[in-house]
Amino acid sequence: MGCVSMKSVRVFAAVILVTSLFALDGTVGIHDPSTIIQCNGKYYTYGTGGSSLVSDDGWTWRRGTALPRRGLAPDVIHLGDRYFLYIAANSGPTKADVSLLTNKTLDPDSPDYKWEEGGVVASSDGVEDANAIDPGVLLDPTTKRLWLTYGSYFGYIRLVELDPKTGRRLNPKDTPRNIAINSEASDMIYHDGWYYLLVTHGSCCRGADSGYNIRVGRAKQVIGPFLDNMGIYMIQGGGKLFVGSAGRAIGPGHFGLLDLGDGVQKFSLHYEADLDRGGASVLDIRPLQWKDGWPLPGENAKEGTYEIESLRTGTSLELAVEGFPVGGRPVRRGPPPGGTPGAGAPPAPGGSGSGTGGGIFAGTGSPIPAQDVAQVSTKWPSGNIDVRMGNYMLQAQQKWTITPVLNAGGYPGSPYFKITIAGTDRALAATPEAELVALPAFTGAPEQLWRLDQLGDASWRIMPKSIPNSREQLALSAVGSSFATLAKFDPKSEKQCWLLKIP
Amino acid sequence: MPMIKRPSANRCIQPALRSIAPCMIAVLLAMPVASTQSVPTAAVPAATLTHPASAEKAPDADGFLQRWLLLEPIGTIGLTDNAVQSAVKKEYFPGQFTIIPHDGDKVKNGDTELTWHAVDTKLYNVNLYHFARSYGKKTSDVLFWAVALVNAPQEMRNVRLAIGSNAASVWWVNGQEVIGIYGDRQTVIDDGVSKRLTLKKGPNIVRAAIVNGGGATDFCARFLDANDKPIKGITVSLSEVHP
Repeated sequence: MGCVSMKSVRVFAAVILVTSLFALDGTVGIHDPSTIIQCNGKYYTYGTGGSSLVSDDGWTWRRGTALPRRGLAPDVIHLGDRYFLYIAANSGPTKADVSLLTNKTLDPDSPDYKWEEGGVVASSDGVEDANAIDPGVLLDPTTKRLWLTYGSYFGYIRLVELDPKTGRRLNPKDTPRNIAINSEASDMIYHDGWYYLLVTHGSCCRGADSGYNIRVGRAKQVIGPFLDNMGIYMIQGGGKLFVGSAGRAIGPGHFGLLDLGDGVQKFSLHYEADLDRGGASVLDIRPLQWKDGWPLPGENAKEGTYEIESLRTGTSLELAVEGFPVGGRPVRRGPPPGGTPGAGAPPAPGGSGSGTGGGIFAGTGSPIPAQDVAQVSTKWPSGNIDVRMGNYMLQAQQKWTITPVLNAGGYPGSPYFKITIAGTDRALAATPEAELVALPAFTGAPEQLWRLDQLGDASWRIMPKSIPNSREQLALSAVGSSFATLAKFDPKSEKQCWLLKIP
Repeated sequence: MPMIKRPSANRCIQPALRSIAPCMIAVLLAMPVASTQSVPTAAVPAATLTHPASAEKAPDADGFLQRWLLLEPIGTIGLTDNAVQSAVKKEYFPGQFTIIPHDGDKVKNGDTELTWHAVDTKLYNVNLYHFARSYGKKTSDVLFWAVALVNAPQEMRNVRLAIGSNAASVWWVNGQEVIGIYGDRQTVIDDGVSKRLTLKKGPNIVRAAIVNGGGATDFCARFLDANDKPIKGITVSLSEVHP
């Protein structure tokens, strides 16, 4: 793969993007985005060419202030009172440096905004089996030691240790460790006793012809050895597929962890070609899941109609109204004229109960349509209706439609949603008492806007944008078997974990 | 057979009844609904209930209220939301939503005289099947009124009443309706939970109407704190005058 030449293309690639209803909102054109990082409530990411994107909420992005260096594939971390940004440059095929830039803030409007050069922290001489670009930085949460991975196709992915106080090499004379091969865009994360090395395989910079895909291996030590799920060493080319092309997005690469706290993790990446944006290279943010010790790419919430089921109780969110059985209440029928013995009464326990014996088990003989909400809702109160949980029975008051609300802001990866009873405008809302209510109609008020974050187990945390007269951030919570409320999110509890099931 | 909740489905039923449950199901399946009502029989002592012997009783270790005033059952039919709401809102006797009953008090429901009984339960739940049977009353298609006087040592905010009932039930705290659970259901701890409420210092009146369809019937109730843990320090007494 002609990586160097391809990478050089990135610098000159001018991409004009239009807002799409898919992925993120606003200006999201970027290649090789750094780990998304927060500073003073804003989200920042930096890409190849020194470009940057900034967002107030993680959903709508705009072009940010460029870096003083127009290098390759930066990565950034916040330690102490400084941001350490690592950015690479090729001065020849496989001859490259990773340099350090530091700043007290990422906000260009701050009087403290000033990038300072920190020197070269890793390099390749053009002869050795390495290409010192694509840095990825990790602060080991268990040891507080700082590590840098780097490399791109020509040879190895390498690991060096940095000084967490300065961001520079801890021991410049230490020989870098080789930890993987035949990949680039490395980034290491720690999770539950394992170090995960995420790298990108395939080719970049060819639009919809880019074969980029993100792979992962894991090790018990930060220095490796990293193996994939089949036991193949990453230094011999191994790597479990983490995410590949799908839907309308081709060539995912450059993993970056966005840890929002409380066990809510997301990851940033770019797609080489977003078909809905004319094949442009764009930023995306997706939920990060974990299963059997391996990371999986989650999906942001999608518009649709769902049963909202409590992971804890198995009961489902519903309006507190009397439910009516789908197809109407069953009627006990007498035996048909000259009837079959047994018709009109259920078969005895242990009997066959099947076939055409009639009785309450025989059904109507024809398909029963889904419940018509327009019909059953005529029996519902016209004003506010309480919300509770119940045994899911496919009834109209138990089906919720989630719909993105345009121009209402969002959160990392998604816009806010309204949650309405399917087929109606009756909207779920938070009350000033931090309880739930279904309003007759959606008005767009903040307490009617909902944030849906997919959690590591693929369940969902559901939070109102705000609660009237409160600054508390609370989540939809099961309390008891048949009631839901709003409560502080507890990542160790299943109370605030919900399943979105297709009815 | 999964279709009917009858005695075998209730965790509170006595072992002897469990053993006959399968054959009862077969019998019940073949019977019209109306005929499943139990017929009053000779009184059978309530094994799980005793008469209070003290002025106050603290909840058990899990917070369940174990002292109640129970009114002998009133006939009613229907477990759906609307049927139960209609049944519990009907006036059966004067002051049914306000009176604080005492052991032995009598009320008139039409021509029928009903008596309030003070009981302590040995368990987390109050077995209404035992209660009704001990007075030779019917246990199916009935409504039970229950009242507890809960004494709080100080004002307690952001607590929740949490109940379970077999079958449907509606609950009030200090006159405010706070919980309604409906349908033919079994008693599950913390099945129905109120919104956040405040217990005032001193006596608070917890009132419940439990509606049973057929078979066993019981309920349980406790208060939870903001962390969904049973609240401490409350007692239940038989008199609104705090001792």
